[in-house]
Amino acid sequence: MIEMKNIKKIYTIGEMRVEALRGIDLDIKKNEFISIMGPSGSGKSTLMNLLGCLDTPTEGEYLLEGERVANLHHNRLAEIRNQKIGFVFQSFNLLPYATAFENVEIPLIFRGTASRMRKQKAEELLEKVGLKDRMNHKPTELSGGEMQRVSIARALVNDPSIILADEPTGNLDSISGGEIIEVFVDLWKQGHTIAVITHDKDIAVRTQKIVKLKDGRVVDGGSSL
Amino acid sequence: MAFFVFINQFLRDMRSQKLRTLLTLFGIIWGTVAVTLLLAFGEGLHNQQIKDMHGLGDRIILLWSGATSIPYQGLGKGREINFKEEDAFLLQKEIKEIGQISPEYSEGNIQIKYGKNVFTQRVTGVYPVYKDLRNMIPENRGRFINELDIKERKRVVFLGDKLKNDLFKENNALGEYILINNTPFLVVGVMIKKEQNSNYSDRDAYKAVIPATTLAVMFGRRNIDNMVIKPNVPKQNEYVINRVYEVLGKKYKFDPKDKEALLIWDTAEFDKFINLLFMGMRVFLGIIGAFTLIVGGIGVSNIMNVVIEERTREIGIKMATGAKRRYILSQFVFETLLITFIGGAIGFLISWGMTAVFPLFKLEEYVGNPVFSSSVAVIAALILGLIGFLAGFFPARRAASLNPIEALRL
Repeated sequence: MIEMKNIKKIYTIGEMRVEALRGIDLDIKKNEFISIMGPSGSGKSTLMNLLGCLDTPTEGEYLLEGERVANLHHNRLAEIRNQKIGFVFQSFNLLPYATAFENVEIPLIFRGTASRMRKQKAEELLEKVGLKDRMNHKPTELSGGEMQRVSIARALVNDPSIILADEPTGNLDSISGGEIIEVFVDLWKQGHTIAVITHDKDIAVRTQKIVKLKDGRVVDGGSSL
Repeated sequence: MAFFVFINQFLRDMRSQKLRTLLTLFGIIWGTVAVTLLLAFGEGLHNQQIKDMHGLGDRIILLWSGATSIPYQGLGKGREINFKEEDAFLLQKEIKEIGQISPEYSEGNIQIKYGKNVFTQRVTGVYPVYKDLRNMIPENRGRFINELDIKERKRVVFLGDKLKNDLFKENNALGEYILINNTPFLVVGVMIKKEQNSNYSDRDAYKAVIPATTLAVMFGRRNIDNMVIKPNVPKQNEYVINRVYEVLGKKYKFDPKDKEALLIWDTAEFDKFINLLFMGMRVFLGIIGAFTLIVGGIGVSNIMNVVIEERTREIGIKMATGAKRRYILSQFVFETLLITFIGGAIGFLISWGMTAVFPLFKLEEYVGNPVFSSSVAVIAALILGLIGFLAGFFPARRAASLNPIEALRL
């Protein structure tokens, strides 16, 4: 479902060229649950941004469900992010002034879904992550674990092809983190495709495959712990 | 369909950021009100000055006789000139640009009596056109001196409004007799109240006006005090004055270039001066207004800027979840337009309300009544909106053109 071939990402900062990714080959199949690990500076965040079409590669080919996405127009990329990708961030990235329900609803709004459908869908997903009774609370009134559940609900609301999670437990205590891991495992069991970038071995051990990065290259492309 | 969904979302975002919205709104309201009121009061003051000045007469020329200062045709200098009533008719005949002219006799310190009320005031003897020349308009049912009064030297009097109040209080004066130097005069008219900020003897409100012919006989006068002239067209004032020197110079044998032979007060000069003064004032107020707008605009743009960091993150989140660039930008445009419109409308209403209520304070006599200008209000609001828009648009566009991940990182 995801095929990356020889992906390179080079940042030019003033005179300096920083090669964040030096030629990545990566395949993610449907209903796969993989983790991407590596020390900081290894390029895993860059890889996640490219996977999520938040950024475009300097070189290489990226096929997402057969569509070449490496050099698409920004409007098409926005549609892909909206409909094919669900993000879960370390720092949640919820709109602070909107309620849990409104946050989950946002991707549906950008898709142009009718209000009744939005309500139904957003409620259904908040229920799925166990927050139905908290849906009118703002992020400041929620715990870290709850905020991350809201962002998971938001990631799922447009039935994406893949869920990309960047250190989803990084800002959580071990108990909440453990619960979030269980949520991901459940989602995988229900048929979702998930890629998690993490330092956290507790997550990595639950995934089917661990991709290890170092210095912008894949050093181990599919071992299991 | 999507359009309404977006508008709804925009409104929700604005509601959720009450403080920012309110502060921006306040900036635009304040700027609009300040500029609009400033110019409204300036305009009101100007109008009031013009009105006050025209209490004396609308661009009239006042003419007194003087003494020669240049020897002329064998006659020495320092010779006094004295006008007669017929000089007015001579001028009227010789100078066709003169629209109206009235000779004027004036007697000060005259005892005026009604019942037990006695006042010492000025009595003026004039012709009927004096009414228009000097804006002395009779109250209901009364009249000014007329041709028959002149012809028959009638003992009738037209009273200034304050003199009438002194003599009669609130009672009716029309048809009553008053004593002027112990001679009975019939009151035929009372002047309606008028604003007057300049005069050459006493305020008209305190004067008693009688027919010129009556005064001449009663006080044994041969010479008049002065003349009041109004050219057909205000622009002709200067020309008429030159012609007056020529005509009277010929009759009284003085050099038409001898400025001291006649004393002239051209009130149109003062009109010009006032117009110039207020032109200056308007420029001054305009500059203050412009600065108010700039300060207000800086306020608005500051508010827009203060939140840009928060906004950038918000933009990043929205883009990561599928917002297109044009959505981000149109949200911004919509917000600014709506805030400008609402702020401008409120500012408009406040200014309009204040100018409408102001006359109730009865300060017209001193500062005039402000004149509300809707175009000024609209322009002020638009300028503020534009400043706010530019201040917010460019950061928003920058944020929207970033990769979403960069916007999220900020």
